[in-house]
Amino acid sequence: MGLILDLSAQIGSLKLANPLMAASGCYGYGVEYADAVDLRSLGAVVSKGLFLKPREGHPPERIVETPSGMLNAIGLQGIGVHRYIAEKLPELRRLGATNVINICGSTLDEYVELARILSDAEGVHALELNISCPNIKEGGITFGCSLHGTFDVVKAVKKVTNLPVIPKLTPNVTDVASIAKAAEDAGADAVSLVNTFLAMAIDVDTRRPKLSNIVGGLSGPAIRPIAVRMVYECRRAVKIPVIGMGGIATATDALEFMIAGATAVQVGTANFVDPFIWTKLIDGMQDYMTRHRMSRLADLVGTIDTSTQEKQWVSS
Amino acid sequence: MPVDIEAKVIRNTRLSSDYNVIALAAPEIAAAVAPGQFVMVKPGRCNDPLLRRPFSVFEILRDNGRVSGLTLLSKRVGVTTRMLLDAVEGDVVSCLGPLGKPFEPVDPPAEAWMVAGGVGLAPFATLTEALVERGTSTTLFYGARSGRELFYLDWFASRGVRLVLTTEDGSTGERGRVTVPLERELQNADGNVMVYACGPEPMLEAVAHVSAKYGRRSQVSVERVMGCGMGGCYSCVIPVKDQTGGHHYVRSCIGGPVFNSADLVWD
Repeated sequence: MGLILDLSAQIGSLKLANPLMAASGCYGYGVEYADAVDLRSLGAVVSKGLFLKPREGHPPERIVETPSGMLNAIGLQGIGVHRYIAEKLPELRRLGATNVINICGSTLDEYVELARILSDAEGVHALELNISCPNIKEGGITFGCSLHGTFDVVKAVKKVTNLPVIPKLTPNVTDVASIAKAAEDAGADAVSLVNTFLAMAIDVDTRRPKLSNIVGGLSGPAIRPIAVRMVYECRRAVKIPVIGMGGIATATDALEFMIAGATAVQVGTANFVDPFIWTKLIDGMQDYMTRHRMSRLADLVGTIDTSTQEKQWVSS
Repeated sequence: MPVDIEAKVIRNTRLSSDYNVIALAAPEIAAAVAPGQFVMVKPGRCNDPLLRRPFSVFEILRDNGRVSGLTLLSKRVGVTTRMLLDAVEGDVVSCLGPLGKPFEPVDPPAEAWMVAGGVGLAPFATLTEALVERGTSTTLFYGARSGRELFYLDWFASRGVRLVLTTEDGSTGERGRVTVPLERELQNADGNVMVYACGPEPMLEAVAHVSAKYGRRSQVSVERVMGCGMGGCYSCVIPVKDQTGGHHYVRSCIGGPVFNSADLVWD
């Protein structure tokens, strides 16, 4: 008789069937994958970043592969919130997906307006505030790079919605834990991190940048150890759940983030490589739970053991 | 519905120092694929290359009438194509597909004129089979750098395809670009012709232009840098005309890779 394995994860008032979420910008609007994947097998689908209005995004080239990773500068191409609600959300409801909507604004008022609109829509389970996209000039990251900006946007959005609010943080700051703390102080239900690392690549023959936007965001296994460290730092700074991401490609990677302090995790780049990754990650996590005689995966969160290191630190 | 197969290499035939045809045991994909559709391929499990790369399905392999696999026509340009060139029988290549919108084959009395530039030959073997099945009269305009890089000529000829060959060095067929004989023949043709093209984008643009000039429709298979092949990443976009006279970016993995060229904005 095996253990009954509970993989659920609690993010504020939202209970996820498992801690695996498709990361924003890496899963279209979710419906693109519905032919291949049962969206109910994911803890949640995070939508591509939505503005109030449709956006064209940057011209190609929009991505380039780099060692164990990739740069992207898509520029938040998107259909806008109204078309999303009319065209995508009904399908996502029918498919039984848990929908976290990633919203982006150029101004604080736009975030508030988006939150209002989505709070009235059926089938929206949480809001992720994109205050961290490195690829667009206006808004977004200017909030995420300052303590006051983060505090203000979270506070303003919380005032107009009952949905769980999850600011997505940028790693392109000196101290991400202090930003997480500002988000918590403003009433955030959780924080998610990391968005991509600002980076660039140059073709030496033409001496031209490989991306049309010159710079882009680095993702993939290359960033994973930095992301794990940042999740660990945030976990120590805040009491609200931390949703970890950055280069997760195997169950071991996901478990590493959870031990560092992530209540749930998001998968982005690895889904490009393997759209069927979700069941493999769940199988791997269940194997781990069985091996470690663990019935609740949530019990793993933040269980990193640093006692030996701390002793060494004190005695040196 | 796309499937992901850990496909064994059945054989790997080197056609030149850069080109190879690799046969993969992916019968589930081969049985479902339509002409012009593609697969996302990753040799090995390492992180270099990290992402899959898109390839048109070249041939459908059959064993006593049963579909047994597919082949890819590959030209060495980077890490993935180097690994495909060096792969040996028994190696495993991850193969995700079939993906994308296929060509629409025409029926007689319309004729099909296929225009291939270099490795752009890839989607035309399966299209030829679909056209032959319909009894459609088919021509292949095929251009390459030199005669040593014109492949599978007997394969196409044996299926009744009329060949018009061009090379940049003049070593086989007419010297120069493949669009030169295409334009000459379009000028003189009086029947209904559907033009199909795959190759470098400047060639596709020229094919679209001369086809339109002589009042013929053309379907082109584009190749853009692609991250996922499933519509997830928005990297492979191409500008497509909209009703307002402007254009918007469409993902070539799910909106294409085959487009009616009249819909495209050439940038």
